[in-house]
Amino acid sequence: MIKTIAEYVAEGQKPEILFWVGCAGSFDARAKKVSEAFAKILSASGISFAILGNEESCTGDPARRAGNEFLFQMSALQNIEVLNGYEVQKIVTACPHCFNTLKHEYPKLGGDYEVLHHTQLIQQLIDEGKLKIEGGVFEGKRITYHDSCYLGRINGEYEAPRDILNQLDANLVEMERSRSKGLCCGAGGAQMFKEDEPGDKRINIDRIEEALKTNPDIVAANCPFCITMLMDGLKAQEKQDDVMVLDISELIVQNNGL
Amino acid sequence: MSISQIVFTLFTAIVFFIAFKQYRAIYANIKLGKDEDLPGDPSWRWKNVLLVAFGQKKMFKRWIPAVFHLFIYLAFLLTQVELLEIFIDGFGGGHRFFVERIGGLYTFILNFIEILSLLAFVATIVFLWRRNILKVPRFVMSEMTGWPKLDGNLILIGELLLLIGIFSMNGADVLLQNLDPEHYPDTGTLAVSSHLGPALFGSLDTSTLHVIERFGWWLHLVVVFGFITYLPFSKHLHIFLAFPNVYFSKDKSRGEMDNMPEIMNEVKSMMGLIEDSGEMSEEIPEFGSKDVMDLGWKNILEAFTCTECGRCSSVCPANITGKKLSPRKIMMDIRDRATEIGNNIRSGDAQYIADDKISEGAALTKDNYDDGKSLFDYISAEELYACTTCNACVEACPVLINPVEPILAMRRYDILTNSAGPADWLPMFNSIENSGAVWQLSDERAAWIKEVEI
Repeated sequence: MIKTIAEYVAEGQKPEILFWVGCAGSFDARAKKVSEAFAKILSASGISFAILGNEESCTGDPARRAGNEFLFQMSALQNIEVLNGYEVQKIVTACPHCFNTLKHEYPKLGGDYEVLHHTQLIQQLIDEGKLKIEGGVFEGKRITYHDSCYLGRINGEYEAPRDILNQLDANLVEMERSRSKGLCCGAGGAQMFKEDEPGDKRINIDRIEEALKTNPDIVAANCPFCITMLMDGLKAQEKQDDVMVLDISELIVQNNGL
Repeated sequence: MSISQIVFTLFTAIVFFIAFKQYRAIYANIKLGKDEDLPGDPSWRWKNVLLVAFGQKKMFKRWIPAVFHLFIYLAFLLTQVELLEIFIDGFGGGHRFFVERIGGLYTFILNFIEILSLLAFVATIVFLWRRNILKVPRFVMSEMTGWPKLDGNLILIGELLLLIGIFSMNGADVLLQNLDPEHYPDTGTLAVSSHLGPALFGSLDTSTLHVIERFGWWLHLVVVFGFITYLPFSKHLHIFLAFPNVYFSKDKSRGEMDNMPEIMNEVKSMMGLIEDSGEMSEEIPEFGSKDVMDLGWKNILEAFTCTECGRCSSVCPANITGKKLSPRKIMMDIRDRATEIGNNIRSGDAQYIADDKISEGAALTKDNYDDGKSLFDYISAEELYACTTCNACVEACPVLINPVEPILAMRRYDILTNSAGPADWLPMFNSIENSGAVWQLSDERAAWIKEVEI
C-alpha cells in the first residue's frame, strides 16, 4: 500500500524520500502506469517513500512557461507551504518538468530540497546494489532512447537513463539527433495544452519518424508528456502495434517481473 | 611631414570620430534595457571568454564551418600585428617599422599571417559559395532576404578585399626588396608573397611595383576603416561584441526562469505568508516585456551580438516543422527595434514623448518615449506561442545568446498585462487555479494508488 506523508506523520515516522507524482502521474491513464511502475521499483528496493496525495498540486511549470506568473506563484507557494510543513528534504519525481521546477525554481520562493529525477534515483539504487536488473526480457531487443528536453538539454542528464538501458542487455540504438541535440517531442513550454501554430508538420511526427528510422522494438522515454506525444505520433504512423513507447521504470518492472 | 602622412592622420582622425559616435550609439541602444542581476563570478566569466569566445568551443559542434571560420578568425587576430605596423608607418612615414627591429621574428610572424590569410581567402570563398550557390538552408530562411542577405555577402567581399590588399602589398614588396633594397628592407622569404609576387608582378618595373605596393597598403587600410564604420550597421558586430556577451552570460540553470518578486510578494501577502504593506499602487503595474526597454540590457547586448548564423533556427523544433517562429528572427527584431528607438531618441524629436508625459522643457528619454509601436509590431504572438522552451537554440548558439528569455518575457506581457494568449490555455489555467491540476477531473489526486498492489 502506498502511503501519504500525512499517514507517515500520524504514525510518528518519516519516509526516506517523497515521491512527487505530478498531474500526469496522478490523472493521465498512461502516466499512472509509470507512477505504478516506479512505486514498485521503490518498494522492491526497500526504500520507504510517501506521496503528498491530495495535498500535492501542479508545480506550476506549464503556467509559468505560458507566461502566467501569478498562477505559478500561487501553485508553487502553496506546494512549498505543504513541503516545508512536512519538513521534506528529498524528492523524486518521474516528470522532468516537475523535477526542473522543484529543483531550480522553488529555491527562490523558499523551497530548498534535494530533487532527483526517477532515472537518477534508479541508477543510484542499482549502484548501491539495492536494485538488481535481472530477467533478460529485453535481451537483443532494439531500444531507442528519447531525451526529454527538461532532463537532457536543460538539466544535463544524458547518462543515467542510458546506463540503466545498457544493463537490460538490449540493443540500444541512438537516433540521429540525441543527447544535447535531441529533438523536442513538442509538448514543452505548455504546448501540451494547446493546438499547434500553423505549420507543415507536427513536432511529434518529426520525432517519431526519426525514432522509427532506427527500426526499434521500443522507444524509451523519461517524461509523461513525451510518452503521450510519441504515442500519438506512432498512432498517426499506424505503428502502435509494432513499436512500444515505455518509460524507463516500466522497462525495469517488465524485465524484473515486479 | 609628407602629404601621405597628413592624409593618413586626417583620415584616421575622421574615421575614429565617426566610429566613436557610432559605437556610443550602440552602447546607448543596449542600455535601453533594464539593469538586471547577472549571476556569475569573474573566474567563471573569464573561463567562458577563453573557451567559448577566444577558444570557439561551441563552434566545433559543426566542425566544417568551424574550421573555415577558425581560419578567418585567426587571420583576423594575427593581422592586427600587420595593421599596427600600417598605423605606425602611416603616422611616422616609415616603411615596415618592425622589420629591422625584430628581424627573424618578423619573418616568422609575417609567414604566419600569410598562411592564415591564404586559408582565410579559401574560407571566404567557401562561405560565399555556401551562402549563394549551395544555399545552406539556414542562410536562406525568410528573415534572410534583403538587407541581411546583402550584409552577409558584403562582409565576405570586404574580407576578400582586405586579403587582396595584403597580398598586393607584400607581393610587390618582395620584388622591390631586390630592386630597391635601400627603401624596402628584407622581410625574408614569405610563404605566399615570395611566390605570388613574382608570378603576378614579375615583369613590372619599379615605379609600377611601387604603385601596386601603395595600392595594397591603402586598400587594406581603407577596407579596415570601412569595416570599423560599417560594423555598427551590420550583423558582423559579433567580432567585438561576442567577447562582452560571453563574459556577461548568466551563470544559472537553463531551467530557471527569472523570478518576479513583485508578483511573488503579492501572492505571499494574499496567502497571508507576509504582512501586506497596505500600500496600494495607483498605477496599474505592467508585467513582462512589451518593448526593448522592458527587457534586460543583456538581452539587447545579445541581439547586437547575433551574427545571424541561424544555428538556433536550424535546430528549433517549431521552425523545422514550418511554424513562423525563428529564434534568429527574434534576436534580429530586438536589435532592429532597439536601433529604431535609439535613433528616435537621439533625434530629440518631441513627437516621441508620450502624451501623458509631456511637460514644459522635458527632454526625450527612454522613460518618456512612446512612438505608438512596440516589440509586438516586430514579433507576432504566433511566433511567441510556438516556442516549446526546449532550449535547442540556446544549446546551438556559439556565443551564448538565449532567445528563450525574451520570448518568455513577451509571453508574460501578453498574458499578464494584455490578458491575451491562446484560448486553449484557459481551461488549463482555470483547472490549476481551481483544482491544482492541469486537467479538470473528478477523481481525487491520490486515487491512482488504490489500483496499485505493492
